Parts: sequence; C-alpha cells; structure tokens
Amino acid sequence: MELLGLYNYWAYVAILMIGFYAVIAKSNLIKKLIGLSIFQSAVFLLYITMDKVDGGTAPIIQAGVSDQIYSNPLPQVLILTAIVVGISTMALGLAIVVRIKESYGTIEEDQIHLLDQRK
Amino acid sequence: MSIHQHLPALQVVVPMLIAPLVILMRGRGLAWAMATATSVMAFIIAVSLTNAVVEAGSVSYAMGSWQAPYGIELRVTAFSALLLLIVTAASTITLLFGKQSIDSQIEQHRQPMFYAAWLLALAGLVGIVVAGDAFNIFVFMEVSSLASYILIAAGPNRQAMPSVFKYLVMGTIGATFYLIGVGLIYMMTGTLNLADMEVRLQEVHDLKPIVVAAGFITVGLALKAAVFPLHVWLPNSYTYAPHMVTAFFAACATKVSLFVLLRFEFLVFQPNLVDYAGQFTAFLIPLAVIGILFASGVALFETHLKRLLAYSSVAQVGYILLGASMATAAGLTAGIMHMFNHALAKGALFLAIACLATQVSNLRLNKLGGIARKMPWTMAAFVVGGLSLVGIPGTAGFISKWLLISAVLEKGTLGIFLVVAVLASSLMAVVYFWRIVEVAYFGDAPADGLTDGLTEGLTEQPVLQEAPKWMLFGTWFVALANIYYGLNPSLPLLLSSQAASNLLGQLP
Repeated sequence: MELLGLYNYWAYVAILMIGFYAVIAKSNLIKKLIGLSIFQSAVFLLYITMDKVDGGTAPIIQAGVSDQIYSNPLPQVLILTAIVVGISTMALGLAIVVRIKESYGTIEEDQIHLLDQRK
Repeated sequence: MSIHQHLPALQVVVPMLIAPLVILMRGRGLAWAMATATSVMAFIIAVSLTNAVVEAGSVSYAMGSWQAPYGIELRVTAFSALLLLIVTAASTITLLFGKQSIDSQIEQHRQPMFYAAWLLALAGLVGIVVAGDAFNIFVFMEVSSLASYILIAAGPNRQAMPSVFKYLVMGTIGATFYLIGVGLIYMMTGTLNLADMEVRLQEVHDLKPIVVAAGFITVGLALKAAVFPLHVWLPNSYTYAPHMVTAFFAACATKVSLFVLLRFEFLVFQPNLVDYAGQFTAFLIPLAVIGILFASGVALFETHLKRLLAYSSVAQVGYILLGASMATAAGLTAGIMHMFNHALAKGALFLAIACLATQVSNLRLNKLGGIARKMPWTMAAFVVGGLSLVGIPGTAGFISKWLLISAVLEKGTLGIFLVVAVLASSLMAVVYFWRIVEVAYFGDAPADGLTDGLTEGLTEQPVLQEAPKWMLFGTWFVALANIYYGLNPSLPLLLSSQAASNLLGQLP
C-alpha cells in the first residue's frame, strides 16, 4: 500500500508523460504547445507535493498560535517563479506560431517541412 | 562598502535594468549606442572580477546581505571568470562592430526591442555563470533562452520561425528536466545552494533520488548545450538567426550550459555518488566521440556556409565534453581551455560570414566562387579563423587540441582510439575548410552572378566590394586574438587550470 500512498507522485509522472507524448507525437504546433504546457504543469505538481508536511497547514504565522505545524513554503515560492517562466514561454511560443501561420499559411509541422523543401 | 564588492551583482543587474530602458530609445542608433555602452560596461566588470579572482581565488556575494545557505549567493570562481570574459567579450565585439550588419537585417522600428532582448540574453547568460544556487541558475537559464528565441526569430528568412519553435520546445524540455532534477535534490537535502548541497548530500542515506536527479540534470543540460544526439535544434537556429546573433551565441551560449553541467557533475554528484565518475566517463565519452565524428561528417557535405559552421560547433562541443569526461586535471583543463579558444575561432568565422553577407545575399558554397578576389580581407580573416578551428600551430585552436590529445593519451589503449577520433575529425575539418577556400580563392564566379538572380533584367550588375571597414576591423581584431592567444595562452591557461583544480579538488 506504500506505493499507492504516493499517488501524487504517480499523478505527476503520468501527467509528465502525457505532456511529453503530445510534444513528440503531435504535428500541429498548437497541440505541441499544449503538450509542453501540460509537461511543465506536472513539475509544478512535483514541487507542490514535496512541500507538504503531514498535518501541516498553510505557512502563515498567527499571533498566539505557537504549536502549529506548517508546510514548507519555499517550494511554493519556487514554483510561482516557474509558473511565470512557463507563462512567458507559452506566450512567446504562441506568438511564434502566429508568425508561422502568417508566413506559411499552416501550422502543421509536416506541411511546413514540405514548403521548406520545395523552395 | 565600496562599489568593488558589489561587482558580482552589478554584472547581472546592469544589463538587466538597462534592457527595458533601451526599448524607449526610438532615435536612430540610440538603442544601439546604449546597448553597446552597457555591454562594454559588463565587459569591464567582468575584467575587474577576473582580476579579483586571480588575486583572491574566488569572490562570493550575499544578495541583500542574507548569508548563504539561506540567502541567495553569487559566486565567481576561476571557471566563471573565464566564462564571464567569453560572454561579455562576445557580446561587446559583436555589438560594437556589427551595427551595419544588424541595420541591414533588422528594421529600424524593431531595433529597440531587438537590443533590449540582446541585453536580456546577456544578463541571463552572465546570471547563469555567477549564480551560486541551483534555482537561480534555472531562472537565468530561462531568461537567456527566452531572449535568445526572440533574437533568433528576428532573422530575415521565414525558416527562422520553425527553427525557433523547435529550439523553444527542446529548450523548454531541457530546462524542465533540469528543474525536476533540482526538485529531487531539494527533496533529499533541503537546500538549493550548490556549495551547501555538496555538504548535505553526505548525510543523505537513500541516494536513489539523487541518481535520478543526476540523470535528469545531465540530460536536461546536455539538451541545452547541444550535446550529440540532442543537438538537432542548433544547426537551423544558427543558420537562420541574424548574423550577429549567430556570432554572439556561437561564441558563448552552449558553453554556458556546459559550465553548469560540469559544475553539477564535479561538485555535487561525483563526490557523493559511488562509481559516479566511472559512469560519467562511460556515458559521455561515446557521445562526445560520436558527436565529433558525426557532426564533422555532416559538415563535410553541407553546402550552406552558416549551417556548415553550426555543425562544426556541434563537433566542438564534443571536444569540450571529451576533455571534461576524462575527469582528470589535464582533461578538464583542455576542455575548459577549448571553450575559450573555440569562442575565439567561431567568433572570427561568424564575423567574417557577416562581412560576406553584407555583399552576398546567398551564402551557399556554389554562389561564392571567386569571392576572395573581391573580398580578400574578409576571406583572409575567415582563413585565420579556420586555421584556428582546425588547430594549426600558432593559433589558439592548436593549444587546446594539444592539451586535449596529451590528456587523452593518459588513458592508455582507449586513449589511442580517442586520439585517432580527434585526429580524424581534425582532418575532416581541414577538408571542409579546404572546400570553402577552394571555392572562394580558385572557383569561378557563378554564371548567374553572385547576387543570386537579383540582377536578372537589370543591365547593371552591382559591384561587389570589400565589406564595410569597421566590421572588417572587428573581424580582424578577433582573428588576430586567435593568433595572440595561440602564441601567449597564459591568461586562459591560468584560469582553466585553476578551474580544473577547483572542480576536482572536491573529489575524495
């Protein structure tokens, strides 16, 4: 049962692989970006999972409460930064897809490849 | 506190803060002037940091006076000083001498944004080098990557877009792998500071997650560093980027990732994981050798000048890695030395290409017949860069290849095979440079003119002339630096041998 108890980690690996599969297998550039986004979100889950302390609550210190157990705030802060990085990457990726659509008229990878070959 | 003590922070903060200001510089040439001045300032900071490191061994800086391991530490060692010099010098020289090339490829109204992205890329690259903790390295890696996607996408051809997209996807996967690895290490040690990590790891009993982390970090950074077979994003990105961007990145971008890789491997993993040194060597030597041979082989048959040099870059990453994977002082010195010398050689070559491109629109070999007769100075600089890359005595490339071969020979029988591989790839380099030289010096001008059909219907053919003087001056400056550091390699040698002993000093 110990393995099942780590279900958050199983979920993380599953989501990671789903995203990775989409990045590799899909030829539509938007779908690739969706896959990339899922791939990155999986890592957020890993960090959020690792900061949980058994019985711990949100790490906000209150006056008069001294025997409280808190979860580790550092990974949450780290992952906030990583989320920002992920959003910027996604925005830039989508902007590039728009430019590709403008100059090639398609966002299918194989058709772009064909258009480049023909030239 | 004098300003001197704040230099490690200023190294990153100066370009990062000036980048948004550059966007506001709408006047002609103002953005360029500001970016160049900033880059020069970054170079001066790098030089004074190097001086401090040569005197004191290493410089540590606690961000906001919060002491490590709780605060964010910036740390400049001999290894990082060498890379700071490479990065800031590459940026300064390409900006200072490359204005005409950039003007011809980037429209006036987009230039402020272009230079802002350039400064962010610079800030990110130096940030990776000075950062003392694993998570800041990730953040700076993404800052520099995002900025470099923008710079490469500024290329004039539409093929730039799909190549940037590929780079973006692969770069993000690499960075995410790195992030996973850092997360796993944090789980086991509770620290992100590299120096602290190394100490805390000794108390960790279950090392399995660390082994997994080592795998993720190695693969992620190898992707960023374009180690064969993870190099596929590199050739097209370098080919379609604006010429000056190619010159800048070819000189430093992959090396910064290799720097992080080596720091992790030698400072964090090797002292703490049993048999890790052996696994590291056994894993990377084949990749390095196949990469060297494969990429040189592809370069042999490549006809586009920039892509040919990009493949040669992949081979050179292999050399650096081969030296490093020896895990001996001599090997590491050779690898780190090669970072410096390859930056010089590739910098000269790509600057010469930018000079060519001011006159010739098509950089395919069959369009360049007899170009050396029209542009003798440009091609002469190209040849100097080529000689340095091949490793002819008297040039910088020779020094590092010599060090590499003597380091490899320490390995006995295996070493002999490796020497054969290195020599074979050097011979291939001779062949692919000879192809260019033959076409440029002895070839006939192509029938349809050097300007690729643009002259059709025109009575007058544009006159081919030498590249602009100022760009040529910059190209020769780097070309002569190749010869200078070939004859007098004491500075890079001092820094790289110190870097090697720093890295190895942690081993039991």
